[in-house]
Amino acid sequence: MTDILNALVILANFIVVPAMAYGSQLALGALGITMIYSILRFSNFAHGELMSFGAMTTILVTWALQSADISLGVLPTALLGIPVAIAVTVVLALTIDKTVYQYYRRIRAEPVTLLIVSIGVMFLISGLIRFIIGPGDRVFTDGQRFLLKARAFKQMTGLNEGLAIKMTQGITVATAIVLVVLVFWFLNKTRTGKSMRAYSDNEDLALLSGINPERVVLITWVITAALAAVAGTLYGLDKSYKPFTYLSLLLPIFSAAIVGGVGNPIGAIAGGFVIAFSELTITFAYKKVLTYLLPDDMAPDTLMQLLSTDYKIALSFVILVIVLIFKPTGLFSGKTI
Amino acid sequence: MSFLLGENMTGGYGSADILHDCTIGVEQGEIAVVVGPNGAGKSTAMKAIFGMLNLRQGRVTIDGEDITSLKPEERVLKGMGFVPQTANVFTSLSVEENLEMGAFIRRDDFSKTMEQVFDLFPILKEKRKQPAGELSGGQRQQVAVGRALMTEPKVLMLDEPTAGVSPIVMDELFDRIIEVARTGIAILMVEQNAKQALNIADKGYVLVQGENRFTDTGAALMANPEVRRAFLGG
Repeated sequence: MTDILNALVILANFIVVPAMAYGSQLALGALGITMIYSILRFSNFAHGELMSFGAMTTILVTWALQSADISLGVLPTALLGIPVAIAVTVVLALTIDKTVYQYYRRIRAEPVTLLIVSIGVMFLISGLIRFIIGPGDRVFTDGQRFLLKARAFKQMTGLNEGLAIKMTQGITVATAIVLVVLVFWFLNKTRTGKSMRAYSDNEDLALLSGINPERVVLITWVITAALAAVAGTLYGLDKSYKPFTYLSLLLPIFSAAIVGGVGNPIGAIAGGFVIAFSELTITFAYKKVLTYLLPDDMAPDTLMQLLSTDYKIALSFVILVIVLIFKPTGLFSGKTI
Repeated sequence: MSFLLGENMTGGYGSADILHDCTIGVEQGEIAVVVGPNGAGKSTAMKAIFGMLNLRQGRVTIDGEDITSLKPEERVLKGMGFVPQTANVFTSLSVEENLEMGAFIRRDDFSKTMEQVFDLFPILKEKRKQPAGELSGGQRQQVAVGRALMTEPKVLMLDEPTAGVSPIVMDELFDRIIEVARTGIAILMVEQNAKQALNIADKGYVLVQGENRFTDTGAALMANPEVRRAFLGG
């Protein structure tokens, strides 16, 4: 019995807890991708860099606060930086929209043109970030490190294996829940939110109803940039902030949005967790788990890992391909691309 | 002069004109029907009146006010409602949300108007929480008409409201349209089902190749042997 419990604790510690945090980060990112796709009708490749920009702003504010000896006690100081990061990222997104995307909307550019434009924007923001903060690795977490320490868990339960929950993981999941609830409340209950869904559903009829498209686009950017700033900061807090990782984050985020059904907010969230859980379950080494579960003479000698962690990123691509073959509209039928 | 009048309209999508000196008007509380063969420019005439098409000549007036240069959404504010032929509901929004979006430009309390729409189309009240995309063709048309009524328009323009619905549903829809007209709203509609439509019409326009061929009361057009032979199938 304790063997089974120990095995479950290992799985919880190395798969469930990290996947919940990673999945939340992906879900927030995918939600931004899906919003831009359904309102502005293009795939925004600059979204990863927008997240990175938000995280960078948070770091700059955090440094300023730290040097002024302001902290949040057990919580990371970065939380105080998030509102500023949201504001700055929103300003950046709106500036880019006014100077770049608006022109392409006016000439009624094809979605693929906008996609390529967004790649240009991606390079622009990533250059800006390296110019401001440089390409190096930054750790900006402070405060208490763990919500639940492995040793405390062992003492509490008397099991061999420990379960640890990092403060950043707890914050990530809690923030994601709050934001998702807010976004859904906004989209389904407010007049402006409903007008955004109406615009996404039927542009011509929305115009006939007197819905102002530029206002819808503006609000979409505000929400997307806010989500990006928070998601980027949470990812940086949880791992560490390295500008280049946000480029490779683009693939799992897009996979999450498409797997869930692009244009469908619920799908984006579900997709985020599908990708996170698959990445971690497939690249996890099950040796210890199996040692607990199997009789002693059958205990494995190898790592019992299905795929090396180096292939983690490729995995989201595989899931994407599988979903597109068997259910092209995604798990929660979004729009066909 | 008619309450809503598109006068001597000439224009089209590209360089070629589809409408040639075409005049269509409707009075408050009346139903005007535009009929004609395929490609006669019926829908184009509707679009021209609603400002979705640039006119090279002619003008559009509502209650004597020239609105020729206004955009469609500005015409909504002047009291015009338009139900397009296709894609005329928000499929992913619930029936109730569709009606709310119809009232988007209104800043006052529109719950009374919504009650009136539900009284007119009781089935919509029953299905208010259901996405409009899940409804039958006839119910969808009711949502579409209801959405347009939410601004409390003075003129309601319908582009083939009975396209693709069964004859029974068509009769039912026409009954509702008569009810709407009785509340004092001017109704201008394009119809494929010419006979049935002219039966309920106070005024009928027969368009051929973008020109007015016959203009008379609905009953007179029905009685006109030439119109019967050429456009109503005998």
